Amino acid sequence: MDFTLILRDGFLAMIGPVTAAYAISAISLNLQFGYTGLLNFGQVSFMLAGAYGTAITVDLGGSLWLGIGVGILTAVLLGLLLGLPTLRLRSDYLAITTIAVAEVLRLVVRSSWAEPFTNGVFGIQGFASAFFDLNPFPGGETYGVGSWLVTGRRLWVMIVGWTLVMIFVFLTRRLIRSPWGRVLRAVREDEDATSSLGKDVFGYKLQSLMLGGAIGAVSGILLAVEQQNVTPDAYLPNVTFILYVVVILGGAGTILGPVIGALVFQFLFFTFDALMASAQSDVDVVANLLSPAQAGQIKMVLVGIGLMVLMIYRPQGLAGDPSEVSLDAR
Amino acid sequence: MVTKIQRWSAFHRAKLGRLHSHPVRKKFSRLILGSLFVLVLVAASAPALAAGEAIKGRLFVTIEAEREPVAGVVIEVTRDGTAIGSDISAEDGRWQVPVPESGTYEVRLDPSTLPEGLALTDPNRQVLPAVTVAEGKTKVVLFPLGEGLTSSVSTYERVATLFVAGLKLGAVIALSAVGLSLIYAVTGLVNFAHAEMVTLGAVLAYYFHTSSAGPRWPLLVAGVPAILLGAAFGWAQDRALWRPLRVRGMGVISMMVVSIGLSFALRHIILVLFGGQRRLYRDFTGQSPLEILGIPVVPKHIVTIIVAILVLGAVGLFLQKTKVGTALRAVSDDPDLSESSGINVNRVISLTWILAGGLAALGGAFFAANEAVQWDMGFRLLLLIFAAVVLGGLGTAYGAMLGGFVVGITVEMSTLFVASELKAAVGLALLIVMLLVRPQGLLGQRERIG
Repeated sequence: MDFTLILRDGFLAMIGPVTAAYAISAISLNLQFGYTGLLNFGQVSFMLAGAYGTAITVDLGGSLWLGIGVGILTAVLLGLLLGLPTLRLRSDYLAITTIAVAEVLRLVVRSSWAEPFTNGVFGIQGFASAFFDLNPFPGGETYGVGSWLVTGRRLWVMIVGWTLVMIFVFLTRRLIRSPWGRVLRAVREDEDATSSLGKDVFGYKLQSLMLGGAIGAVSGILLAVEQQNVTPDAYLPNVTFILYVVVILGGAGTILGPVIGALVFQFLFFTFDALMASAQSDVDVVANLLSPAQAGQIKMVLVGIGLMVLMIYRPQGLAGDPSEVSLDAR
Repeated sequence: MVTKIQRWSAFHRAKLGRLHSHPVRKKFSRLILGSLFVLVLVAASAPALAAGEAIKGRLFVTIEAEREPVAGVVIEVTRDGTAIGSDISAEDGRWQVPVPESGTYEVRLDPSTLPEGLALTDPNRQVLPAVTVAEGKTKVVLFPLGEGLTSSVSTYERVATLFVAGLKLGAVIALSAVGLSLIYAVTGLVNFAHAEMVTLGAVLAYYFHTSSAGPRWPLLVAGVPAILLGAAFGWAQDRALWRPLRVRGMGVISMMVVSIGLSFALRHIILVLFGGQRRLYRDFTGQSPLEILGIPVVPKHIVTIIVAILVLGAVGLFLQKTKVGTALRAVSDDPDLSESSGINVNRVISLTWILAGGLAALGGAFFAANEAVQWDMGFRLLLLIFAAVVLGGLGTAYGAMLGGFVVGITVEMSTLFVASELKAAVGLALLIVMLLVRPQGLLGQRERIG
């Protein structure tokens, strides 16, 4: 067991493009759930809409940049369609509906019916070459110190990804400190009181859902571009649940919470993963107890337990303010 | 579907035109000299397109020593219960289903799409449960087929068969949904971990019944400890987790998020202990169907439906006629008022969890007996359970029962119109539409939706 290597794996995953994408998606979810109090359990559907909107547009002959626009628009439209019927319902109904819509979307995308556009379970590959053509770093080169290296290709996605994270952090900051943001928080705290002040509660919720959807689409696009691949089964409900862990871990209803949550979550997740893999191969007790597959699955058990423990003992997360967390407000 | 039958009929007429005025089934079989079977032509030498993995074959029948291709037969490929793809055999009998990667797949021939007069020689081979595709290879599979009783595909048969399948699925959903709805009624919690109570029932029954580590009792015996342990788990879950949280004054939405964590953790614990593969029970797999009212019905499906209706009826009687049942309904209406009128609310809640755990375990065992045991089976069912509960009215026991059957039948019957891999989506679409037009559900009351 080489703990330096284990820490390296965790660290490199933490600063990687996937973490940036998770941070962006968590920022989006934080806007909806943390600031507006919307229990959106279909976050993954916005990522799917963004990724597929992009991939299909490129596949049909559009440019990648047009595709990204289409992807974001698709997600905004999805937010509108999702919000119109459901935002008047109580939050547990909203949760069930959004998760159902996300599953319907995934099933439709992977079905033979949509195959002419989505290529079914095989998904669409290789649509993001235009993005990598702009890469100033030679793809084959590696950058870093010692064995702590990233390829030029990965470095390029990381730089773009974390730049986007910073943009969205500042955007959230501006929005939340604006009058618009104050109304969002008021909606979260007490819908009736906000309504009695003459604010259009439904309209604010809808705007929050749609704006969150657009940001969620960006994270989906980033992930898809990084992998040059979209497949329907990457958009399972588990992704949304993990994003909730990220948001609550970092601190719902805070500007930097989602980013901190994504960094800490990814570091713990991949460090633990590397630790278990290495223990499974090097420590006899563990090897006798667990197969390699089982050693890889245990981290998911901990994700679930982590969500429970956080919700029960520290719902404000690492960086949160308890007064900003009021899931059960009316 | 019509076009497929018509397509085959064209061939049928050309080959067997003189028989057309007679009852086709009997006369047809007399004509066949050699054994009539549909084969898959071995074509392993042909490389797959673009080196992608695929499963393929060619269907034909031997009539008077001549091979006639069979078109219009639906072949479905699934993996771990999720659809990968399907194909309809072409005019030359060929079909091919590309698969995303090497691995083990389940290949199913849809017998209802076989032309009249043709059927599988061995009904148990309708599903080939473990077709292994090697890296970059095209796997060719065989379906041993022949003449059979259950070959015609009249609209009546198709509709009736799907209706029975819908009742069977509905029974499983209803059994699982009642508990979820009752727990919501008495505590206000939408419990995502209910999915794992369903899986637990199936897995426990597997342990007592099929597992080499277990006692290997017959399934009907093994079901009893599975249900009892399921009920005990429901009780323990409430005592160890939900009651302390209620005492702390945690809101129901926060508790719902906790239940998502619990569901996630339990699901993956089952994955670690049970493994990712689909497993079958020893008993009642590959039952040959009986012919009832002109349609083939597998006996275990009838048992599922009848037992479910009896159990649900008993739950209804329990709620209406017994003192405890009345107390349960009172608590679901108004916990505070019930408490002040002398009802021990915590005992009622415990009892609800016991009932819910047992019913979910029973539903899970039935689900697995009809399909297979798998670590995420409950979670795959959960959204349909939600659909049933919301459709009937969240918090109403009878609504959940009704909703379960409505969702089950809708899901199965929808395959008349949409591709079968979309049938779950139809069930969820029903949930969404219901929320649009009548959010309180069929039997719910307006004020419940808040």
